[in-house]
Amino acid sequence: MKIATKFLGEIEIKEQDILTFEQGLLGLEDYKKFVLLPIDANLPLVLLQSVDQMEIGFVIAYPFAFKKDYSFDISEEDREQLRIEKEEEVLTYTIVTMKETLQDSTINLLAPIIINMDKKLGKQIVLQDNKSFPLRYPMQSLEGSAK
Amino acid sequence: MLVLSRKKDESIMIGDQIEIKILAVDGEQIKIGIVAPKTVKVHRYEVFEAIQAQNKEALSASSSFLEQLKKK
Repeated sequence: MKIATKFLGEIEIKEQDILTFEQGLLGLEDYKKFVLLPIDANLPLVLLQSVDQMEIGFVIAYPFAFKKDYSFDISEEDREQLRIEKEEEVLTYTIVTMKETLQDSTINLLAPIIINMDKKLGKQIVLQDNKSFPLRYPMQSLEGSAK
Repeated sequence: MLVLSRKKDESIMIGDQIEIKILAVDGEQIKIGIVAPKTVKVHRYEVFEAIQAQNKEALSASSSFLEQLKKK
């Protein structure tokens, strides 16, 4: 099927690639169907695009490229909702707030996006608020780690 | 909304596993103790508001950002 995307224009996606976010994203609960779209294989970034609404498109980042020691436990409730059985089926991303330059841009480590690739389920989970999980973590380390 | 008045050291039960207890009242500040099963997540409301606002800010990224990336 064809969908209109925020960053890449109209593109063809496969039905089986659609991820369901049963609760949507925080503050954007109406959008529940998303796809992951690659940008550039050399960057730890992909796009999370709503299937239904062109404007709802995010740049999301592979967080470990920016913070090597980022780690957290997924709560039992979240595990159940995402039907997680083994760690290998889980992908973790963080939403990027893009500014003029990558150096000024930040990633949200407090509320990562967890995706169960096997079951095609996703959720934005909220970690316990503390200093290791900033809402706005600077991306400046990209220069060193990704190039 | 259900409204209940409580004094210091009094509690409210939500279901049969969640207890909300008033620990201290000091002027405008109220200390609340929460006893809940591990599966129940407890967050300050502001945390949710901040994440909602951040999601919306992230959405406002211009679609030209990919061009910027390619220039680097």
